Amino acid sequence: MVEVLKAGLFDTIQDFGRIGFQEFGVPFSGVMDENSASLANSIIGNDQNAAVIECTVIGLQLKFHAHTLICITGAQMNPNLNGLPIKNNTAISVRPNDILGFGRLEYGCRSYISVSNGFLTEEIMASRSMYQGITSRFKLQKGDLLPISKEEKDKTATFSSIKINKNHFQSQDIEVFKGPEFDKLNLKQQKLLCEQQFTISKDSNRMAYLFDECFDNALHPIITSLVLPGTVQLTPSGQLIVLMRDCQTTGGYPRVFQLTEKAMNMMSQKFFGGKVRFKCIK
Amino acid sequence: MDFELTYRQFSERSILVEWPSEITENMLHDVLNFKNHLLNSNIKSLVQINNAYNSLLIIYDITIDKLNNEVYALNALYSSRASILKPAFKLWKIPVCYDDEFALDLIEISEEKRLSKSKIIKLHYEAIYTVFFIGFLPGFLYLGGLNKQLYFPRKKSPRQRIKKGAVAIGGEQTGIYPNVSPGGWSIIGNSPVELFKLNDDIPCFANAGDKIQFFPISNAEHSAILSQIASGAYQIESEVIDG
Repeated sequence: MVEVLKAGLFDTIQDFGRIGFQEFGVPFSGVMDENSASLANSIIGNDQNAAVIECTVIGLQLKFHAHTLICITGAQMNPNLNGLPIKNNTAISVRPNDILGFGRLEYGCRSYISVSNGFLTEEIMASRSMYQGITSRFKLQKGDLLPISKEEKDKTATFSSIKINKNHFQSQDIEVFKGPEFDKLNLKQQKLLCEQQFTISKDSNRMAYLFDECFDNALHPIITSLVLPGTVQLTPSGQLIVLMRDCQTTGGYPRVFQLTEKAMNMMSQKFFGGKVRFKCIK
Repeated sequence: MDFELTYRQFSERSILVEWPSEITENMLHDVLNFKNHLLNSNIKSLVQINNAYNSLLIIYDITIDKLNNEVYALNALYSSRASILKPAFKLWKIPVCYDDEFALDLIEISEEKRLSKSKIIKLHYEAIYTVFFIGFLPGFLYLGGLNKQLYFPRKKSPRQRIKKGAVAIGGEQTGIYPNVSPGGWSIIGNSPVELFKLNDDIPCFANAGDKIQFFPISNAEHSAILSQIASGAYQIESEVIDG
């Protein structure tokens, strides 16, 4: 078991989400930054899809009640084990009664914590990803006990650590495909949309990222159609909505872009006030 | 009848197929017919296909390298689909309590429309609705077939908390909120039936292409059905209708 001593800003259990239930209106969910979450699992020898904890901006505090290996990836939140600093992107052996905490956010927005064989919390529709109305809880709370697999002895860590490409956290360029309704914008607007810099609004969350800036347009709503995580909608009032992993399955706003999978992961590490620019590919 | 379809790559692993921009039942049948044909065609690397009114999103588990090849294959399958004029469907009979206790906006609609409450209720349950697809929330049915006299604009500011089972009108649509949620539609009743069963293999009883008919029940019947559902003794009435 792993015990939540203190919750952070918003911590959830996530794997790669629910695939195949969208025809019932069920969101995909799943880790926001698949790249970092896969890394957390790979470094300790897990299946890439093993369930991890996703923390947002402010980390949580965990107490371990078993031997296991852990790895922290994604945003740098200055993690510590029993008060001593530990590195991101490194396999670390923990013992019963060890306490994992986090400090100040240095870069990124979301950190991932993996444990040997993943967190074994409730599985609904082939996924452990927390989502309101699907799982019994939609975020972790103080006092939660998270089951993990039993390890008899100390797990030996390799003490090797992986260097990651900081560009993943720092680049402002968000690669996109043209969306189905992109061509309905006039040429001037098309050009502007690919040049303008946008600031991430504080209303952004796992469902969608929004921007402080508006984008004037005269696009008409469409007949409700399909959307995916990464679809960028443009409302008549000029709000751009970048749909994220917990988004709805259908929508009626024009779809001007679709983020690449890589861009989805990079976007997930952007924090309020961060700047982005859309780069159209192909 | 063949529609003019457009194919475009939507993301690395998905292709969007679009029919002309309109909402008709004939087109829904063609969308679903093509969807089923694709599902039965053993397409390599297919993960899932979702439909809306006039579109299909085909999701693969590998990156699409050559869009033209995929589109060519899809188009050939479209041409080879069997033509179904009127497919068989299920008609589901859904109980709705239109009592004042639930029908929070019925008076407002009645005053605006200058229709009596009982007339509005009758127009609502007399119609037979078509399920076009499920979206917005888990288990939310997009229904077509609302009587024009009942079209009613969405609220300017949505309610923060709409009760589970609320039956509502929003613009040219009617629907049932499968769970507590915020929402901007006007509420005219409540249905006790479960639209989304979390632990069932197939969580929704209705499929795209099915029909829904509402029938009015009293407040007491509403409570009785709720307790039958709680004890697992309630079954939604349905019949299969050949096309």
